[in-house]
Amino acid sequence: MTVQRRGASIDIAGVRKEYVSAAGSVLALDGIDLHIGAGEFLCIVGPSGCGKSTLLRILAGLDHQTGGTITVHAEGWAVENAMVFQESGLFPWMRVETNVGFGLMTRGVPEAEAAERIDAALKLVGLTKFRRHYPHQLSGGMRQRSAIARAFVTNPAMLLMDEPFAALDAQNRVILQAELVRLWEQTGKTVIYITHSIEEALLLGDRCVVMTAQPGRIKEIITVPFPHPRDLIALSAAPDFGKLKLDIWRVLEEEVNRARAEMEA
Amino acid sequence: MSGLSGKTRDRLLYLISPIGLLLIWELLLLAGFGDRRFIPAPSDIATRYWQLLVNGELAYHTGVTLLRVVAGYLIGVIPAIVLGLLMAMFTPVRIFIDPLIAALFPIPKIALMPLLLLAFGFGDASKIALVAIAVFFPVIVNTYVGASNIEKIYWDVAKNYGASQAVMFTRIVFFGALPMIFAGLRIALAVSFIVLVAAEFVATKSGIGYLIWNSWELLEVTTMFCGIVTIGILGLITSALFQELERKVIPWKAE
Repeated sequence: MTVQRRGASIDIAGVRKEYVSAAGSVLALDGIDLHIGAGEFLCIVGPSGCGKSTLLRILAGLDHQTGGTITVHAEGWAVENAMVFQESGLFPWMRVETNVGFGLMTRGVPEAEAAERIDAALKLVGLTKFRRHYPHQLSGGMRQRSAIARAFVTNPAMLLMDEPFAALDAQNRVILQAELVRLWEQTGKTVIYITHSIEEALLLGDRCVVMTAQPGRIKEIITVPFPHPRDLIALSAAPDFGKLKLDIWRVLEEEVNRARAEMEA
Repeated sequence: MSGLSGKTRDRLLYLISPIGLLLIWELLLLAGFGDRRFIPAPSDIATRYWQLLVNGELAYHTGVTLLRVVAGYLIGVIPAIVLGLLMAMFTPVRIFIDPLIAALFPIPKIALMPLLLLAFGFGDASKIALVAIAVFFPVIVNTYVGASNIEKIYWDVAKNYGASQAVMFTRIVFFGALPMIFAGLRIALAVSFIVLVAAEFVATKSGIGYLIWNSWELLEVTTMFCGIVTIGILGLITSALFQELERKVIPWKAE
């Protein structure tokens, strides 16, 4: 099976982000150059404080860069992007189905069409039975599934995911990773996925961007050689996988140590 | 008490304190402590209460008081919620309203009664206005605090998913602030009874406050107590209704 790749392609050129406060200024991102192809699953890894979330927030329109340009080619797509947050960010006062349909309601999608799309999205993530529940009645894994459904239902040109499974227990994480890969293989959308786990980046991504901390720069871009469709469990036990993981860890280790040394200095 | 479930025991305990207090009160008077003309026994009050119920006097005054509370409450609470939400959404609104709240909130609202009598006359309007003003402040402050403490992620999600200002207002900020709004509404409920009964002491010929004050002037102490008890009962009922309403309106706060 080959994945039908479609979705937004993105050109990021010389992007920098500086936070200025009374205590001084912090350079969160510096000289970020990156081309992301249509339908690519791109993972970004880096130590905490490397600005990977900042980059995602800029792409999501929740923040603005202080320099450089970002061009998103999403012609013909009604919705440019949808974000899945680390803590699901489901509105506690809305039922699951209302949460899932939120991005349709805000964009004035006719009710009949919205209902159909919500049904399909709930089915996709296996939450049809729980559509009338409130988020506090769901487990952490189910909440993240709802958040993924909320993003997919809007049919965005790209999905932005900010460590969406970081708060889950190990078993749930594996299950949801597999579901996400399956969804991506079916839809071929552009995905930008932030994580601090090398293993996760290699399991999911086509390419893996390793970032440095303070200022956040791109240290290395690694092409992940494993073909799709992927069996995540088998893949994580493969010798090639372990070797690649170690290589990236060596790259990242330097960065983590440098960041720690700077903090202690 | 091994035969009783925890809940039943709690309920009994809940009832024992007021009943015990009334019992001690009655017994002390029977034993000759206190002057029954000035401090009637609970049984005297109950008898008088029954008379006032039967002759319709109590129903009339209670009705008048309730009408004033409900009207003033609604007139005060609705703009307080709207303005409180707008304050949280738009900084200029907050900057504009903040000094007004800071200056006007601490004024004892009953001190405005003479002014309101001048403005609205001796009818219901001046009492309704007083209740409206008194409930406005706790509700606007609570609404603002509730709305401005909504977690940042919800604003981010709403923005990323294309929410307009109108959607933000009606679907996010309002509901996010709702638990705090309810806390404000309950405070406002108590406040409304407090100021209204005090206002009814003067310049009116109806309402529970009038009943209490008039009985005091006629030295009908038993009737006076009946008025006080009625306020207590109204407080109890409305607060129970509120709790029920809160459970219905804020289902996600359950558990």
